[in-house]
Amino acid sequence: MRSRQVRARAMLRGDLEGEELERYVEEKVVMTNFEKMLGWARSNSIFPLTFGLACCAIEAPISIVTARYDLARFGAEALRASPRQADMIILSGRVSIKMAPVVRRLYDQMLEPKWAISMGACSSSGGMFANYAVVQGADKFMPIDLHIPGCPPRPEAVLYGFTKLQRKIQGNPDQGWRTRYDAHGTEEWARGGPRSEPSADAAAAYESARELIGA
Amino acid sequence: MPDAPGLELIRGEIEAAHPGAVVDTGFAQERAVLSIDPAHVLAVLGWLREAPGQGYRFLSSLHVADYLPAEPRFAVHYELLNRGRVERIRVKALLEDGSPAATGPAGQRLPEIDSCVSLFPTAEFQEREAFDFFGIVFKGHPDLTRILLPEDYVGWPQRRDFPVGGEPVTFTYNERQYG
Repeated sequence: MRSRQVRARAMLRGDLEGEELERYVEEKVVMTNFEKMLGWARSNSIFPLTFGLACCAIEAPISIVTARYDLARFGAEALRASPRQADMIILSGRVSIKMAPVVRRLYDQMLEPKWAISMGACSSSGGMFANYAVVQGADKFMPIDLHIPGCPPRPEAVLYGFTKLQRKIQGNPDQGWRTRYDAHGTEEWARGGPRSEPSADAAAAYESARELIGA
Repeated sequence: MPDAPGLELIRGEIEAAHPGAVVDTGFAQERAVLSIDPAHVLAVLGWLREAPGQGYRFLSSLHVADYLPAEPRFAVHYELLNRGRVERIRVKALLEDGSPAATGPAGQRLPEIDSCVSLFPTAEFQEREAFDFFGIVFKGHPDLTRILLPEDYVGWPQRRDFPVGGEPVTFTYNERQYG
């Protein structure tokens, strides 16, 4: 330990040379490519959406973020209350046919790259609710990255599923669901224009608003 | 709860005012039941509400039951409560399927009955729920639309002949059947 500290000090002074410098670099520097680094960074700072559907919500967003199971260990402790700021949505519970459009809208509002976990039997397949009111599997109306079985899954299962998702993100940096589902060109834009260009109406409204506040 | 003679007295008085209104009386699940003809539902409920000595002024529940093989098929249940005496009585309006002719969103004939919102304002949501799940049309309801299911839902899911729904799930023992 002491020798390492001495070596680091010598390195900072610029005194290390030759083989010693090589060894120092070998110890201290990790070589990788940008894609891998990006995947590593993304997978370790996932912002889940504060969102619950049914009884699984007690297990997922509530139990695993609190001290006993502590999702913060995996870098996902920052639950966002807005889908605009969230990276991941956990469908925790049965999705009724009346809730499905709402869930889909929340998912559409999240910014890419985004991931969705279907937690528990109900959101994966309808579960015990094989009836007129519940969607038989959330992947009927939105892309799902990961299904966690259980009724409800234990928090350990959710954590295991979450680490699986992290590995998925690291293994394949191109995790945009439009690529996975070959769905490029299906984007819907809020203001009618392509990409981020505002429509003429929106631009005019923006200009008049600026005039109103005297900017 | 009125006892058996009391229930017969009520029946007699209603019969005197509205002949043919009461079809049957009885006791079920420890509750006095007055089975009535749906054509007289407002008259009977109004009488129970306003007549001296009755005063069933509180509608604690309105719901529908589907007795499918039986005729008439539907019954609209009105659970009335006299809050002064804490006495309850159940009024059961027996409804034929699709009588008289009314056309629902799916083109089927829907059973009709008079809405009792004018007597009991609390019935507004409960009649909407009954319409939502059983397709009973309450004539004179201010806004008879679906309340719990999506507005574009087709069908009356709490009816006994409505399919349960769901999808077959493949397990190892039935994968050949569904696989």
